[in-house]
Amino acid sequence: MSAPLHNPPLLAVRDLCVEFATRKGPVTAVRAVNLQVAKGETLGIVGESGSGKSVTSYAVMRILDRAGRIVSGGIEFGGMQLHSADEAMMSDLRGREISMIFQNPRAALNPIRQVGKQIEDVLIRHAQATHDQAKQKAIEALEKVRIRDAAKRYHAYPFELSGGMCQRVVIAIALACRPQLLIADEPTTGLDVTTQKAVMELVRELTRSEGMSTLLITHDLGLAGEYCDRIVVMEKGEVIEQQDTAGLFTAPAHPYTRRLIRSTPHSAATVRDLLPEDLRTPDLRTPLPPAAAVSAEPLLEVRDLVKVFESPPSLIQRLRGKSDAGYRAVDGISFSIARGESVGLVGESGCGKSTTSAMVMRLLDATSGSIRFKGQELTAVSAAAFASTPQRRELQMVFQDPHESLNPRATAAQSIADPLRRLEGMTDGAAIRNRVEELATQVGLPPDLLDRLPHQLSGGQKARVGIARAISTRPELLILDEPTAALDVSVQAVVLNLLADLKAAFGMSYLFVSHDLEVVRLLCDRVIVMRAGSIVEAGPTAQVLSNPQAEYTRELLSAIPRPAHLPGHAGRQAPAVIAGAA
Amino acid sequence: MGSLGLILARVLQAVPTLFGIVVVTFLLTRALPGDPAAYFAGAAATPESIAEIRAQLGTDQPLPLQFVRYLKDLGSGNLGQSVSTGQPVASELLRRLPASLELTLTALLISVSVAIPLGVLAAVRQDTWIDQLCRFVVTAGVSLPTFFTGLLLVYVFYFLLGWAPAPLGRLDMLHITPPPVTGFLVIDSLIAREWSTAWSALKQLLLPSITLALFTLAPIARMTRASMLQALASEYLRTARAAGLSSSRVLMVYAFRNALLPVVTTLGMVFSFTLGANVLVEKVFAWPGIGSFAIEALVVSDYAAVQGFVLSMAVLFVLLNLVIDTLYTLIDPRVRIDG
Repeated sequence: MSAPLHNPPLLAVRDLCVEFATRKGPVTAVRAVNLQVAKGETLGIVGESGSGKSVTSYAVMRILDRAGRIVSGGIEFGGMQLHSADEAMMSDLRGREISMIFQNPRAALNPIRQVGKQIEDVLIRHAQATHDQAKQKAIEALEKVRIRDAAKRYHAYPFELSGGMCQRVVIAIALACRPQLLIADEPTTGLDVTTQKAVMELVRELTRSEGMSTLLITHDLGLAGEYCDRIVVMEKGEVIEQQDTAGLFTAPAHPYTRRLIRSTPHSAATVRDLLPEDLRTPDLRTPLPPAAAVSAEPLLEVRDLVKVFESPPSLIQRLRGKSDAGYRAVDGISFSIARGESVGLVGESGCGKSTTSAMVMRLLDATSGSIRFKGQELTAVSAAAFASTPQRRELQMVFQDPHESLNPRATAAQSIADPLRRLEGMTDGAAIRNRVEELATQVGLPPDLLDRLPHQLSGGQKARVGIARAISTRPELLILDEPTAALDVSVQAVVLNLLADLKAAFGMSYLFVSHDLEVVRLLCDRVIVMRAGSIVEAGPTAQVLSNPQAEYTRELLSAIPRPAHLPGHAGRQAPAVIAGAA
Repeated sequence: MGSLGLILARVLQAVPTLFGIVVVTFLLTRALPGDPAAYFAGAAATPESIAEIRAQLGTDQPLPLQFVRYLKDLGSGNLGQSVSTGQPVASELLRRLPASLELTLTALLISVSVAIPLGVLAAVRQDTWIDQLCRFVVTAGVSLPTFFTGLLLVYVFYFLLGWAPAPLGRLDMLHITPPPVTGFLVIDSLIAREWSTAWSALKQLLLPSITLALFTLAPIARMTRASMLQALASEYLRTARAAGLSSSRVLMVYAFRNALLPVVTTLGMVFSFTLGANVLVEKVFAWPGIGSFAIEALVVSDYAAVQGFVLSMAVLFVLLNLVIDTLYTLIDPRVRIDG
C-alpha cells in the first residue's frame, strides 16, 4: 500500500529528533523517526508508554510543550515544511488541514464552555462560517458525528455528556473544517469496548467519505490491526518496524514486534503464551500447575445483593419530606465463588461491578442482601467496623491503579509491612523484614527495590508491591479490581502470569473485576457478565465466551477489536475461535 | 432549582450563622477584661456611682436577661448606644461604614487591575522578566506591612514631593461634604456636580487605597499566576491549540475564564480580611472608617459598639459570599447543578 513515487505522500517525517529539556539535561524522546502517510491512508503508530508515539504526533502538529523541541529532521505536509513553519502559519493549518483528537475526551473539552460554542470557535477561526451561520453549522457538525438531538446538545457542557459523547464532540471539532489529516492520539483509551467500537467506526466512516488520511496512535495492537492499513511500531523513541498490517501480523520482523503481538491477549491460549521465551523467569518457564481442585463448598456466597445510592435530598425535598428513589447501582445479584476458583466479573463502566467488589470487600455497606464468607454473614458488621474483624485478613484486594493505591511517602517495604503490623499483629522489626522479603520474592520483586518510594518504581514493580501487600495476610479470597488496566501489555503479561502462579501456589480464590474479556478468558474459570446493576449471564468462561446466550454478551464480544491477521484467529467469527483457544 | 432558588437557599443558610455570631460576640464581649462602668465612672468614682452607671448600662442584670434584651433591641433594629461617643451605634456605623467600603473597594479595584494582568502575563511568559517582576511584587507586597508602606508613601508624595494632600481624612477643610447618596464621597460629589470636591476627595483617597492595594495585590497576583499556569497546561487548552484557535482566543476564552474560578475565591477572601484589617491604614491616614471605630470601642469595652461592628461585618461577609457564589454560577456551569 506504499505510495508510488510520482504521488508524493501527504505527510512525510524524515529523521525527526525531539528533545525535552529536563533538570538532568536534555532527554531525547524521539530519535531519527521516518514515516509517511499517503493520501487516504490510515497509518497506525503502536508502542508502549514512553515509546515516543505521542511526542511524534505533537511534533507534527508543532504543539510540543515548552520543554520539548525539534532538534533535527524534517516534517513535510502537502509540500509545506512544518518543522520550520512559523507559528502564524501553523495556527492556520491546525484544525483546518491537520486536526487532532485526544485521549480522555472529557478533559480535552473546555469544561465551562458549551460544546456547540467550542465547535463554532473552530469554524469561525478558519473562516468556514460567519457569525450568523456558525450556530447552524455547529449543529450540522454535531449531527454528522451522530449526536442525537444536536440542536439541544449544542448547549450542553462537557460534564453533562458521557465519555463517548464527549469524544464525538472532539471529533466534530477536529473534522469541522474537513482537514486532510486526522491525528487520533489514543482516541478510545478509557472508553468502554462498545463505545470504542462506535467511535472508531465513526472515525473510519467520516475520514473515508472525505478521503482523509488518518494517523492512529495507540498502545493497542488489536485496535491498530483492525483499523489501519499500515502500522509503525515504535520503541524507546525509535521506529523499529513498519509494514502493512497483514505483513506485520503474519511476518513480524523485529523481536519487539513479535513480543508485542505475543503479549496481546487475543491470540494466546493460556497466560503462559503471553510471555516471550526470553523473558520467562526460571519459575515462570514451567508450565502452569494443574488448577487446584475446585471444591464444591462455596467460599463466598452472595445473595440478592442491592446497593442504592441516594443523592442527598435538596432543601425543597427536605421541606416536603420526600426523597428520590435513588440510583440502584447493584440491583439484586446473586453468585458464589468456590474455594480455589477464580471468577471474572465483567461489564462496562457504570454496570455496578466495582460497587459489587467494594461491597464484597466490605468497603461499602450493602443496602440489602447477604454476603456469606465461609458460612459467616459479613453484612452483619458495618463497613467501618470490618477492619477489626478476623475476616479482614482473609479478604484482600488489589487495586486498579498501582500508583495511586500506594502511599507516595511510604517505601515498598513499608507498604507491604502495613497489613502485617495491623492485621497480623507483628511487632518484631526483623521478623517483619524477613516476611516482607519473602513476599517480595514470591511476587518477583527484587529485594533491593524494597526501600524505594513508589515514584522510583516502574508500573509493573508497583503492581507487584500492591499484590505482595494483598497476599501478605495469606487471604483466601483476593479481589482484583482491573489490576492490569493501567499497565502496558508486556507488563500485563507478566503480572497475569504472576497472578496465575500465586493462585496455584496458595490455593486462593479470585474475584477478578475487569472490562477486558480477553484477560478474563485467560485467568478465570467462570465469568459473570453484568449490565446496569444486574447479571445478564454467568457460566464457565469457555462456554460464555464461545456460546454467549445473552444479546449483550454477544455485543461485548463483537466489539473487541480483532484484526483478521492475528495468528490463530480467523477474524470476525471471534466467539468460535475463543472456544478453540480456551 | 433555578438560580433564584439557589440564592434564596444561600440566604436562608446564613441565618443560623448570623445567630451564632450574635451569641458568640455577646459572650466574648462579656468575657473581655475590664468593667465598662468602672471605666466611664472615671478615676474618682465611688462604688455607688459605678453601681449607678452599671444599672444604666444594664450590666448588673444576669447574662441571659441581658442577652434577651439585646435580641429584642436587635429585632427592632436598635444596635444600642455607644457609651464612648454617646451616639446610637447604628448611625455611627452607617456614617463610618461607607468610608471603609470606599477605601477597600478602591484599593481592590486598583489591586485587581494590576494583579490580574500581572499574574496572567507572568504565567504566559513564564521565567521571563515579567515573571520575575511578578515574583518581586508579590514578595514585597506580603512582606511590607501596610503602616510602613503607608508612611513611606506619605513621606515621599506628601512631604518630599508635595503631590498628595495631607493625610487627614476623607476631605480637606476647604470643601463641604456633598449630600450623601451612596456614602462614597467621590461618587456623591460627582452626583452633586461638585467637580472640585470630587477631585479633592479622590486625591485624599488615592494614597491610602494604594497602600492597601499593594498589600492585597500579592495573593491575587500569585493565585492568578498559579491558576493560569494550571489552565495553560490543561488538556482542553491543547485541544484549542490543536484546533488552530488564535492565541488571544486560547488565552482569554479557554485559559483565563477557567483560571478565574480560584481567583474569584481569593478575591472574596482578600476582600473580607481587608475590610476588617485596614485599621492600620485608617490610623495612618486619619480615615474615619469602621476599623478604627471598632478598635477604640474594644479598648474601652464598649459592648454595644463592638457587637454592632462584628454583626455588621458578619452581614457584609454573608452578602459578599452571596456575590462570590453568584459569580461562581455565572462562570462555572457545573456549580448550577447541585449548588
